[in-house]
Amino acid sequence: MTLNERFIAAFVTSDRWKLYLGGLGITLEVAVFSALLGLLIGNVLALMKLSYKEDGKPTVFNYIASVYIDVIRGTPSVLQLLIMWFIIMASSNNGILVASLSFGINSGAYVAEIVRGGILAVDKGQMEAGRSLGLSKAATMRYIVLPQAFKNVIPPLGNEFITLIKETAIVGYVSLADLTRVANQIASRTYDAFMPLIGAAVIYFVIIKILTILLGKLERRMRKSDNR
Amino acid sequence: MITVKNLCKEFKNPDGSINKVLAGIDYEINKGEKIVIVGPSGSGKSTFLRCLNLLERPTSGQIIFDDEDITAPKVNINKIRERMGMVFQNFNLFNNLTVMENITLAPVKLKVMSPEAAKEKATELLKRVNLLDKADVYPASLSGGQKQRIAIVRSLCMNPEVMLFDEPTSALDPEMVGEVLDVMKSLADEGMTMVVVTHEMGFAREVATKVLFVDEGKILEENSPKEFFDNPQSKRLQDFLSKVL
Repeated sequence: MTLNERFIAAFVTSDRWKLYLGGLGITLEVAVFSALLGLLIGNVLALMKLSYKEDGKPTVFNYIASVYIDVIRGTPSVLQLLIMWFIIMASSNNGILVASLSFGINSGAYVAEIVRGGILAVDKGQMEAGRSLGLSKAATMRYIVLPQAFKNVIPPLGNEFITLIKETAIVGYVSLADLTRVANQIASRTYDAFMPLIGAAVIYFVIIKILTILLGKLERRMRKSDNR
Repeated sequence: MITVKNLCKEFKNPDGSINKVLAGIDYEINKGEKIVIVGPSGSGKSTFLRCLNLLERPTSGQIIFDDEDITAPKVNINKIRERMGMVFQNFNLFNNLTVMENITLAPVKLKVMSPEAAKEKATELLKRVNLLDKADVYPASLSGGQKQRIAIVRSLCMNPEVMLFDEPTSALDPEMVGEVLDVMKSLADEGMTMVVVTHEMGFAREVATKVLFVDEGKILEENSPKEFFDNPQSKRLQDFLSKVL
């Protein structure tokens, strides 16, 4: 077979390109839902992990967040997905929901550490200055520390989202036809792995490249207060 | 105005031993006084200043501000801090806000004044320190001296009753020290109550009503500036002055 015929077999015959698009849809759906859930969980966990009592001892929330992060980071995400699918949510056959929950819970642990690092990287003097003016800790956090922390966390958070998009390639385990799985299925149907797999790789690459460009734009806009 | 009674502050070292930074300070600051605190580094002078608005929690002792014991457990320290301005060595301007926003944030959010009134007051104060043209820039574009003058303005906008200065000129290039000291002097002339930790002995001599020498967590000597510099009593102070003057 010529390259041309192989391309047609992989993408055109029986409208196979639609399968890739459908797979990409599922990949993005799971990635976006879990990214949002991860952001939510991660921010809450980060604030929990930064909560201390007046005497400087960690609060009970602090401990809970630490345990959560330890457990999630200490186990493989494939295993977490399988546990969610076969044990915790065994009664559900909504693969997208189960995968989004599982990846969101997983991502939350990493986002928590990213956000915590971003907050700690803001100079302590900023909090002290806010407090010295009579602003409460919460108000200083909201108006001063978090906006600066947000700027710090854009690059690592972008990294986390990119990882997340690619990590969803394992949702085939819970019988979701995502981009990777679709490519694999087409490869076995056409007896030609090259075109579908390289094609899927190119699609992932383009999506992530677009995301990278958008994140770069956001970062530049957030850095306007650094301009001298 | 502020009465300090037997103020102690201890820090725990990582090895478990205890570092006694303030070892019982008693002092009374009256309205309109300008107290300048000098002493070797590590003597506890900055810690003392930071205890006055509870940025540092004292281990024991009392701080009475206008008949209210602010070290008592139920005190709303935010309300107290609204009345005590503080200026830091490292300026600590809010990096994410413009100069104008830096100045008006606290008075507006704490509902001390309306946004319009805060802006008006900020404009007037910025004019006074000759920085009105910087109102809409971010702190990153300012020089150290400009940052510190704006930090002073930011505190003043809250109409504080007392101003605390924690080594306000120590992080400045030498040629910028003067512009900051000038602002502080004019503030002193207006009758503001001031507590200043500094190494600027010229400022102490010129502006202070009392100079305190703090060493090893205690006030070793207190006197009028003239007596303090011309006729130091203790050996420690004589040594210190011979090194810094």
